[in-house]
Amino acid sequence: MSMILYIPDDAAALSVGANEIANRFASQAEARGLDLTIIRNGSRGMLWLEPLVELETELGRLAFGPVTLDQVDSLLDAMQTSKDHPLSLGLTEDIPYFKNQERLTFARVGLIDPLDLNAYQASGGLAGLKKALDMNAQDICSEVTESGLRGRGGAGFPAGIKWKTVLDQQAEQKYICANADEGDSGTFADRMLMEGDPFTLIEGMIIAGIATGATKGFAYIRSEYPHAIDKMKRAIAVLEAANWLGDNIQGSGKAFTLIVRKGAGAYICGEESSMLNSIEGKRGTVRSKPPIPAIVGLFGKPTIVNNVLTLASVPIILAKGADFYKDYGLGRSTGTQPFQLAGNIKQGGLVEKAFGVTIRELIEEFGGGTATGRPFRTAQLGGPLGAYVSEDMLDLPMDYESLAQNKAMLGHGGITVFDDSVDMADMARFAFEFCQVESCGKCTPCRIGAIRGRETVEKILRGENVASNIALVEDLCEIMTDGSLCAMGGLTPMPVLSALRLFPQDFDRTPVNPTAEAAE
Amino acid sequence: MIAPIPSSGAVSDHSSPLDSATEARARAICADHNNDPANLLEMLHDMQDEFGYIPSALQNVLADILNLGKAEVHGVISFYHDFRSSPAGKVVVKLCRAEACQSMGANGLIERILDRHNMSDFGTSSSGVTIEPVYCLGNCALAPAAMIDEQLLGRVSETSLDASIATHMQGGQS
Ligand SMILES: Cc1cc2nc3c(=O)[nH]c(=O)nc-3n(C[C@H](O)[C@H](O)[C@H](O)COP(=O)(O)O)c2cc1C
Ligand code: SF4
Ligand code: FES
Repeated sequence: MSMILYIPDDAAALSVGANEIANRFASQAEARGLDLTIIRNGSRGMLWLEPLVELETELGRLAFGPVTLDQVDSLLDAMQTSKDHPLSLGLTEDIPYFKNQERLTFARVGLIDPLDLNAYQASGGLAGLKKALDMNAQDICSEVTESGLRGRGGAGFPAGIKWKTVLDQQAEQKYICANADEGDSGTFADRMLMEGDPFTLIEGMIIAGIATGATKGFAYIRSEYPHAIDKMKRAIAVLEAANWLGDNIQGSGKAFTLIVRKGAGAYICGEESSMLNSIEGKRGTVRSKPPIPAIVGLFGKPTIVNNVLTLASVPIILAKGADFYKDYGLGRSTGTQPFQLAGNIKQGGLVEKAFGVTIRELIEEFGGGTATGRPFRTAQLGGPLGAYVSEDMLDLPMDYESLAQNKAMLGHGGITVFDDSVDMADMARFAFEFCQVESCGKCTPCRIGAIRGRETVEKILRGENVASNIALVEDLCEIMTDGSLCAMGGLTPMPVLSALRLFPQDFDRTPVNPTAEAAE
Repeated sequence: MIAPIPSSGAVSDHSSPLDSATEARARAICADHNNDPANLLEMLHDMQDEFGYIPSALQNVLADILNLGKAEVHGVISFYHDFRSSPAGKVVVKLCRAEACQSMGANGLIERILDRHNMSDFGTSSSGVTIEPVYCLGNCALAPAAMIDEQLLGRVSETSLDASIATHMQGGQS
């Protein structure tokens, strides 16, 4: 009898013991004389079920999880005898969390061995690139524009328009940079994609190169992601060996080479111009705009900077056409977004859905509410620079415009849930602290504002002159919003002001020690 | 901040001149990266992997090889949180304190872990455990998260962290 198991080597799965589980299965199979093949796939995104083990059957893949080391033996017994097991979840693709998604960008993540080029092609990989190789650059840019694809890194700028700008530049060298700095708390989609389906990102980058005349690419990956860095490097080697990367891709006369660059622990290096400085080996300070990177970018040359998810959405757009992609979504937010359910949530993980799904559907139907079982209090949307939302905002659809109208933002699609034990004044303090730690220091509103903001919220927390200090924080936020060079200082007020606006009671501190004020 | 205590056997005077073996290795690392200033971050990562930190005397060597000002090299090293100017302990524990981990009690956890190692702030304990803050490890659905050396951990508790730290202190992996 032979058996095929899928056990993820995604970093999140590894963080809860997937390697130990895989080793135990392997040694048990050997002891039993069982012919077992273990395929290390990406994660299916149901992270609360990790380590999730899947058994291949003629009906489809059966899921079991979360598997603990002491259950491996009984699980293997059940698998060998086709008996039921307490960890059995049925067919993976019938689990509502998975079934109710619309997976376009993440179609292959978790499905295959991420470095198996044959499996990649068998599941639709390289179809977009093959099409692109037969198209002229202008038409590729138009197709991407037509799809409505917008940048998934936070700003939501139309990808096709950026590409066209780079195409229109005359230069002997142009660059494609994948922004894989993913520093936002509550986000991990870039990481999961690079670990679970790196070929898709690379395919998107090659297409971007063909579309703009760029022959060199960099993937800038944060150093906190050692597994993603390793996967990407190995994926590049596979594609080089198969001549999908190199000086003459499949004899087409088109060239594209790709280099992985490791970040060094600076959040600001996710800002595109700071990232370019970092790739050039410099301090990651933000550059003044204009000029935009599409005109003067890496080493002064026209450069596309796109988020991982933006680039990874391109292959399917090329393969299936702009109309196919455009059919998903709401208004000017076309297509799908990989949302990430994080923090205090029972069923945390990755949910790819068309834009327009409500916050409530994501948190309650997919997420199952809080992990602690305590009442929901707030969620922060779009990372540390994004707004907190209150319970009565949960029926808002997740799309760029609806959120903006409600003083919130989609950012990179992260949703961080908090239960009622959260202290929103402390979260406001933290927002300033984070800005203080991560500011590049180039402009005063951000560099000094963050420190003053943190100090002032600390006074509020101690109950010192609460009303006037709240007014001071609001003033400071205005200065930071209007006067900062980039969105680090410019958006730090977003979490702060949303906390103040929606949860004023948390700032209403009575002095713990009334004499403290006099002593100051 | 508690001053980092160098682990036994490591170079103890961080400002001391480079020994010739270290300098030779540094030059070899730069050569591996074509002595190209654009590869400075890669070189620094490699040097830190090899030496455990970036000795300040290396700044002169880098400035010389890359034809940069010493201030420029220093500026780069000091900009990035990853690069150390002094050796870390035997084990480096990064505890995530970003929002998603806070929502699952990271702040309390960090306090208790520091306390257990008799530390009042991030730094290196007398037993050689370096504890550092980190802002998101991309494991926010399995918060609180931590990283020990390069091993990512999810849903950590005091107990599970203690066990992992102990294993890594003994040179084991998990
Ligand atoms: C402080 C700051 C951090 C950012 N971090 C990231 C990041 O980690 N990843 C990312 O793709 N974009 C990030 N961005 C946005 C980038 O500047 C840029 O808009 C984006 O990479 C463009 O790609 P897109 O159009 O595909 O979204 C950040 C911006 C700011 C101001
Ligand atoms: S806002 Fe902050 S991070 Fe952005 S340029 Fe100014 S100092 Fe740098
Ligand atoms: S916030 Fe802690 S891992 Fe992301």
